[in-house]
Amino acid sequence: MSMTSSLLYLDGVSVSFDGFKALNNLSMVLEQGEMRAIIGPNGAGKTTMMDCITGKTRPDEGTILFDGSVDLTELDEAAIANRGIGRKFQKPTVFEKHTVRTNIALALKESRSPFHLLLARLDREQNARIDEVLDTIRLGHLQKETAANLSHGQKQWLEIGMLLAQDPRLLLVDEPVAGMTDSETAETAKLLVDIAKSHTVIVVEHDMAFVRDLDVKVTVLHEGSVLAEGALDHVSADKRVIDVYLGR
Amino acid sequence: MTTISPTLLTRFAVGAIAILLVGSLVVIYLNLGLPADHAWHVPTYVMSLMGKYLAFALLALSIDLVWGFGGILTLGHGAFFALGGYAMGMYLMRQIGDRGVYANPLLPDFMVFLNWDSLPWYWLGFDSFWFAAAMVILVPGLLAFVFGWLAFRSRVTGVYLSIITQAMTFALMLAFFRNEMGFGGNNGLTDFKDILGFNIQSAETRAALFFATALAVSLGLLLCIWMVRSRFGQALVAVRDAEARARFIGYRVEHYKLIVWTVSAAMAGVAGALYVPQVGIINPSEFAPGNSIEAVIWVAVGGRGTLVGSIVGAVLVNFGKTYFTGAFPELWLFVLGALFVVVTIFLPRGIMGPFFGMIDRRRQRRLAAEQSESAARASARREAGIEPDDAATAGQGAAQ
Ligand SMILES: Nc1ncnc2c1ncn2[C@@H]1O[C@H](COP(=O)(O)OP(=O)(O)OP(=O)(O)O)[C@@H](O)[C@H]1O
Ligand SMILES: [Mg+2]
Repeated sequence: MSMTSSLLYLDGVSVSFDGFKALNNLSMVLEQGEMRAIIGPNGAGKTTMMDCITGKTRPDEGTILFDGSVDLTELDEAAIANRGIGRKFQKPTVFEKHTVRTNIALALKESRSPFHLLLARLDREQNARIDEVLDTIRLGHLQKETAANLSHGQKQWLEIGMLLAQDPRLLLVDEPVAGMTDSETAETAKLLVDIAKSHTVIVVEHDMAFVRDLDVKVTVLHEGSVLAEGALDHVSADKRVIDVYLGR
Repeated sequence: MTTISPTLLTRFAVGAIAILLVGSLVVIYLNLGLPADHAWHVPTYVMSLMGKYLAFALLALSIDLVWGFGGILTLGHGAFFALGGYAMGMYLMRQIGDRGVYANPLLPDFMVFLNWDSLPWYWLGFDSFWFAAAMVILVPGLLAFVFGWLAFRSRVTGVYLSIITQAMTFALMLAFFRNEMGFGGNNGLTDFKDILGFNIQSAETRAALFFATALAVSLGLLLCIWMVRSRFGQALVAVRDAEARARFIGYRVEHYKLIVWTVSAAMAGVAGALYVPQVGIINPSEFAPGNSIEAVIWVAVGGRGTLVGSIVGAVLVNFGKTYFTGAFPELWLFVLGALFVVVTIFLPRGIMGPFFGMIDRRRQRRLAAEQSESAARASARREAGIEPDDAATAGQGAAQ
């Protein structure tokens, strides 16, 4: 596996909190355009891995390279986001006091310079793009609604919409279907598969039906390192995976 | 705190500006245009008192900008206000010239008293009004910039930030109390004679100062509205409500805070500069930590995040203060404390809250109606849309 074609490259990443190793010598490679599902028991380090990639947590050891050469451990959150890495949080976080439309507008791919935004107005193209995203996430009719008034599932979708608007090269999606009904879950899987056609995506999820719907390579994390990797059928046949996760 | 729609904020602001400008002109007419024995005559000291309230209103507005929209609870804005006041006071001192007690053409009385033989370097240039006016903005702005750069870059937030703003104003107070600082020590700067060559005591000059203050509040309001309504302002509120989220979509949170913090400090400086010629004195007690806290209470009472509310709060609370400190001086602090408690419990959005709330509820009802209508239209479109699609597939099928 060549480092140049990979979009994300983690090698020997370790993080400990007060002596507890949340990530333990974690290595993983994500190819350009790939979609990867990550599963694993609670506390396996899935969210912590995303924290490391997005600059929230600095690893104690190890390398994280983006696009073959950018060392993400050297950059802060905003710099990493502006390099093209977007993130959806496990607990949906949107800008509650803003309308649905403004939430999307705030995420729109554009200069984040405060001076630029003091003067800039949304042009026709950008407004059209916002409409398009609102359409995709089916929140067009709620665009003037304050985000705080959305249901849990709608907030999840709004956050995915913000990711779409941001149009990052790599999307990190943490438990996108938590709290969704079965039909919403199926819709979300469709949406993510659609997004994955033009983006590189990592999805963390516990919902096995959902992971099956995605139909992509799966990485199983356990105690901060990779336990197994491969097609879902392959890893779910792995005895160790059954022992620590699926069989419980 | 709910966010009020920008359109609504603007409408209230425009109303407030109209009241400020027309109201101040009426007061000026009642002062200058009517003879002193006329029943409607407004004495000059009352006009200047109103001017003082408006200077406080500008300070409150500057606090609402950072606190209401940037989420930065400042407990040190009195420092920026006082620095602006000192810059103006230094100009007014230089205007006294040789009319001081010691008749020294160059040195203010307190420097002669300290046996200084020349003006310290930092007093140079303050004989020029425009230099002083620039300093009114630059000195608080620069201090805020440096302070904010260090604090926001280190991600100091919440209570910790509030505490260091208190420490800042407290430290400045101690420094300005020292005679060797060269700002008149304990007594501060006073006994002003002229401003721009006009007698500072005359009713006409007082009227001009009063109007200038009303104008400054209006311009401050416009500046705030412009910032808050811009996409910068939207991002700022996003930073206020979900700082981490904003970072992860690429906003440099510290830059947003730094800009709004610096602009706000400069506004507070202008407020101080308008305050000093109308009250006739500036001394280190203006840096007292309690002053900054009081100013935050004005904003809370008026309604945080409403802009206009901060002006209303500042004027009303200070009017109450004037009344109570005259009638029952020992009661004032209790009244202020009680007011703060009552407002936070019963009017969490301040005095202006219910007004905004009323209009907002009407908007919500309209929005709900609009939403159900557009949902109905969408489903109608979907139903209608199926047919052409089916027809197309059917047509293709037939062609094959
Ligand atoms: N900031 C922190 N301080 C201390 N411990 C932490 C911190 N963040 C995570 N941990 C610990 O690290 C471990 C890994 O947590 P992480 O959130 O990455 O798990 P996860 O795989 O996302 O689990 P879940 O499926 O429950 O979301 C957990 O034991 C957690 O308690
Ligand atoms: Mg997690």
